[in-house]
This record gives sequence, C-alpha cells and structure tokens, in this order.
Amino acid sequence: MSTIAKQISTIRLAGVDIEVERRGSGSPILVLYSEEALELESPVLDRLAATHELIIPSPPGFGHSERPDWITCPDDISYIYLDLVDHLGLKNVTTIGFGLGGWLALEMATKVNFAGKLVLVDPYGVKIGGPTDRDIQDIWTSHPSVVEKLKWRDTAKAKRDFANMTDDQLSIVARNVETFARLCWEPYMHNSKLKRRLHRVNAPTLFIWGANDGIITPAYGKAYAGLIKGAKLEVIDEAGHFPHLEQPEAFLKIVAPFIG
Amino acid sequence: MYAWHFTEMPYPHLPPFDQMSTMRVSLPNSHYDPKIGADLYNRYLDEYIIASELGLNMLVNEHHQTATCLDVAVPLTAAILARQTSQGRICILGNPVANRNDPLRIAEEMAMIDNISRGRLDVGYVRGVPYEIFAANTNPTQTVEKLWEGIDLTVLAWTSKEPFNFEGSFTHRRMINLWPRPYQTPHPAIWITGSSDLESIKKAAGRGYVFATFLQPYDKVRTMFDAYRSNFHDRGLPGGGGTAYMPLVYTADTEEEAEKGAQELTWYLAAKAEPQYRNPPGYVPVAFNVEALRGTYSGRTDAMRAKSIDFLKEQGVMIYGTPDSVAKQVKRFYDLVGGFDHLLMMQQAGFLDHARTVKSMTLFSKEVYPQIKDLARTQPLNARAAAE
Repeated sequence: MSTIAKQISTIRLAGVDIEVERRGSGSPILVLYSEEALELESPVLDRLAATHELIIPSPPGFGHSERPDWITCPDDISYIYLDLVDHLGLKNVTTIGFGLGGWLALEMATKVNFAGKLVLVDPYGVKIGGPTDRDIQDIWTSHPSVVEKLKWRDTAKAKRDFANMTDDQLSIVARNVETFARLCWEPYMHNSKLKRRLHRVNAPTLFIWGANDGIITPAYGKAYAGLIKGAKLEVIDEAGHFPHLEQPEAFLKIVAPFIG
Repeated sequence: MYAWHFTEMPYPHLPPFDQMSTMRVSLPNSHYDPKIGADLYNRYLDEYIIASELGLNMLVNEHHQTATCLDVAVPLTAAILARQTSQGRICILGNPVANRNDPLRIAEEMAMIDNISRGRLDVGYVRGVPYEIFAANTNPTQTVEKLWEGIDLTVLAWTSKEPFNFEGSFTHRRMINLWPRPYQTPHPAIWITGSSDLESIKKAAGRGYVFATFLQPYDKVRTMFDAYRSNFHDRGLPGGGGTAYMPLVYTADTEEEAEKGAQELTWYLAAKAEPQYRNPPGYVPVAFNVEALRGTYSGRTDAMRAKSIDFLKEQGVMIYGTPDSVAKQVKRFYDLVGGFDHLLMMQQAGFLDHARTVKSMTLFSKEVYPQIKDLARTQPLNARAAAE
C-alpha cells in the first residue's frame, strides 16, 4: 500500500482541545470513528484516503482530546463538532460515522444541515422499544467473552495485542473505554430526544449494518432508518458490529457509489 | 480503642461456588427463600442487640442485588437498633450517597436516627464498591464527584439554621429546610472509606472525619493511615476523628476451635463476581486500567482469594485465636500500622451459626476488649490548639 500523508493537529473549539487527524487528499470526508477507534488502524480508511481527504476528529475524552467535566453526552459533543465544521469551512461535507460516531453525526445533523451525505454504520442513538425491551445489548453487564461474540462475526478479528502497545496507546484504549461510559451509561446508548428531532435531517442518508451485529441488530437499524426521510439501509452479510472491518470490500462497494 | 461488631448479613444457602458464575448483581433471586431470609434477618439483628449488651458498638452497611449482604437499606437497620438497644454506638458505613441520588433524604434519615438513639449515631459515607454501580445505575465515571457533593450537602443541611437553595452538579432543590436537626452538635461524626486514593484520605483527615479501610495487608494500611495522620485536624466533631480498620475476627477457647471459625469466615473472601462487575469503566483511574490491559493489575479479592488463613493472619486481614492471642494480634497490628482508633470486626460471615458467633463475640468483649481498650488514640496535628 502506498504511503498516505497523515497530519495530526490540535484545534481549540468551545474551550476544548480537540485532536484532528487529516489523511489523504481529494474532496473531504468527515470521519467520525467508533467507540473503539479501531478504524484508525484499518485498511478501509486508507482506501478512502486514496481519493479523499479524511478529516478525523477525536471526540473529547478519546485519543488525545481533552475531556472537561461538563461534557456528559453525545449531544454536548455535537456542538463542538459543528464548531469544527465551521472552523474548517466545510460545506456540505460527506460524513461517515461508525457506531458512536454515527450517533454523533445524527446529533449534528438534527441541529444544522451540515452534511452533503451521511453514511451511518451500525450507529447507536435511539430507543425503539418499550422500557423492558433490550434494544441495545448491555455491554457493561455482559461477560467480556459474550460481548466479543455479540460484536464480531469472527471473534478472531477482535484480538488486540495489548502486550506490545506503548503506554500512550494503552492509555488511549483505557480513556476511550472510560469516556464511552461517561457519555452513554444512562440513558443507555441513546438520547430520548433524538427520535423527535430526526425529521430535521435533510441529507441523503445511508445506513449500513452488519447482518450479525448482536449489540444492535439489523431490525434496530431498519427501525432507525425509518425515522429519517428517504434513508436507505444496506445489510452486509458475515459481519457484526463493525462491517467495515470484517467485510471491507463489501463495505466499500456499497459506500463508493453513494458518496461518488 | 473502640471495638465494633459487624456482619454483612449474608444469605449463604446457595448452589456450590463452582456451579455459580457470580453471587453478585445477576444471581437470580429464585435462589432466595423468604422463610430462610426472615430467620436470617431476625437472627443477625439479635446478634447486634447482643453485641450492644456485651458493650460492643454496632457497625452496619448495605449492598444491593447480592447474596453476600441482605442489608439493602442501612437506615432501616440503624433505626431498628436505635430503638431496640440502649447502649453502644451505631455506625452506618456507609450511606452510598453517590448511588442514592438523594443526599437530603439521607440527611433527614440520619437526623431522625440520631434523635431516636439520643446521639449514638456515627454517619459514614461510601463511594460504593464496583458491583454497586450496576444496581444503582450510577455513571461509574462520576462517583467521586457525586460522593463529595453529597457529603457537603448533607453537612450544609444539618448545620444550616435557615432555609437555603442548592443547585449543584447532581442535586437541585429550591428550598432546603431540614426537620429534624441532628441530636449531636454540630452534627454526628462522619466516617469515610477508601483504599488507594491517598489524596481523598488526606481530605477526610483535614475535615476531622474518621477514615476506615477493610481487609488490607498491614503495609498498605500503614501507608493509608500515615497519609491520614499527615493531615489530621480536629474540627470539633463528636468522637474526635481517627482511623478504623476491619479484619475478619474469630475468638475461641482453643486455637483449633478458632481456626475452624476463621475458616468459615473466609466464605466472605471467596464470594464470586463476574469480571465485568469488578471493574466498571471509569471506576478506577486510566493508569490502573493500563496495568489491567497489561495483565499486571487485579482487584483485592482476587489476589486474596487463594491465600491460606495463616497468611491472612500474618497480614492482619484475619485475626483469630484464643482471647490472649487475639489481643496480641490486635496490638501487633496496631504497632505495625502506627496506631488506630476503631477495630471493626466482621465476626460473622457465611454459614457461621448463631451460637458460635455469639460465643466468639462474648469471649472478645469479656477477655480481649479490656486488654486493648486503652491503646492511645490518633493525635490530631492541632491537638495543642484544640486543647487550648
């Protein structure tokens, strides 16, 4: 694979230092990574970076971004990310959000019609069923081995080599886990207001779902997509919560024609 | 030295340990038989009343969704004891203020119990062990902030003679006006628990609160108590502050009998919980979780589970033997940690039955307590100023 230019900078937005990576060149894509940030090391982003400039911010408390105490939910972060869009002068920017990042993209899009197109990959964010329906499997009361099986079609792909990571890399893993809980503990992985705001989303919207996502199933994806006018849902076989990591070719084949 | 009787009120009638993945949070309550439970509640309360009659103080706590502790509402227990006993102090250790979401309800309950007991109440606060996060659904990344806001608000409510408003990070009230006020002046002694966070121990010491820690090896306890002593100021609270330590304690006529009793108490240390309940995200600092990812960090219970009672005795985690031996072990521990003020004794755990529990409590109160009662108290840094 050819070397792709990467540049990491810190931008102060709303009084918070946000780490922003820029990768590749071409028309920009705003990439909002998932709660585990696994995309950053994956081939799928480099493939997109061959023809686009990827703008990849780290949410407060993720990566090296600062996390002040007042930030307690994805809604708080959406304002900072809209500041980022303004700061960089992005107009109608194509936006791809994975998991938590997909939720963040929708929190932004309900406030400002900032995106040209939206690609949402297994996003959290809404509650579909009643109080005793477990729409989103609880990753925090499930045994770690169970969580792994819910997330991955092929659990061998879940293995990470912590023993060979630097302290800085491990700190980022630990910070990401902690901040995800800070933001999504209660209400669990959703904003009860978001459902009532999704009618404001005007960008062409594509949901992509892993057929074997056991945390949030394709049925949840179908219901979620139904809340946004004109939104489409594509399901990728042989893939769990991270279809872009388990089936990158199938993922790119769906995304490329949509984003153009 | 003040000695305290304690039991977590366990429900031990469970499947064998190797057939359960957890005793906490998610063990179905189909394992609970209310007829057995009713007997246990009454038996454990009887033992507290006996402790009071024996001249011991009473320490109570609460946990949720667990077979290890049937006490799920510590103000209820304390209220029963306030009314059913007439001597000995009652310490709640503690109120899980970060998990209860209502510091003012706690302030009211404590004030009421303090009145009923005519000033025999000590009020402890706990951040809550990791397992408690799930039953309360408290955001695990916010427990420390929530604990201190809750403590500060209860103190303000107890001491304020005029109605006031409060708009904090976790509690909002337009009109706070506590009825009744506490019996003790300015308010009951405050206790707080902790382990690794020395800064929070110093903070408690600076406010004249009692600091308590449980089931730790003496070298770790020494580090914590040194931190306490480095910043201990007498703020005129009832009881005068100081430090408290909890081992498992069993006193018997013979060493053999004591060993058998001690062996039964280890039930508490063997209590199982699935890994996700032991370290919810954000409960410990990032640096600890970096160690966990490297596989070089494990919790207290894990590390101690496999140890023999001899080892635990040497470390001061367990104290057991004949009365003279128990007194000697308490004094040894006292010397090893630089002195302490409150001996919190878990004298009942698991299947240890009523007769043997009471036997141990009785021997302790009659033959051990007199030997350790006069051990010197922890001195505040401002002792002279306070005396003048």
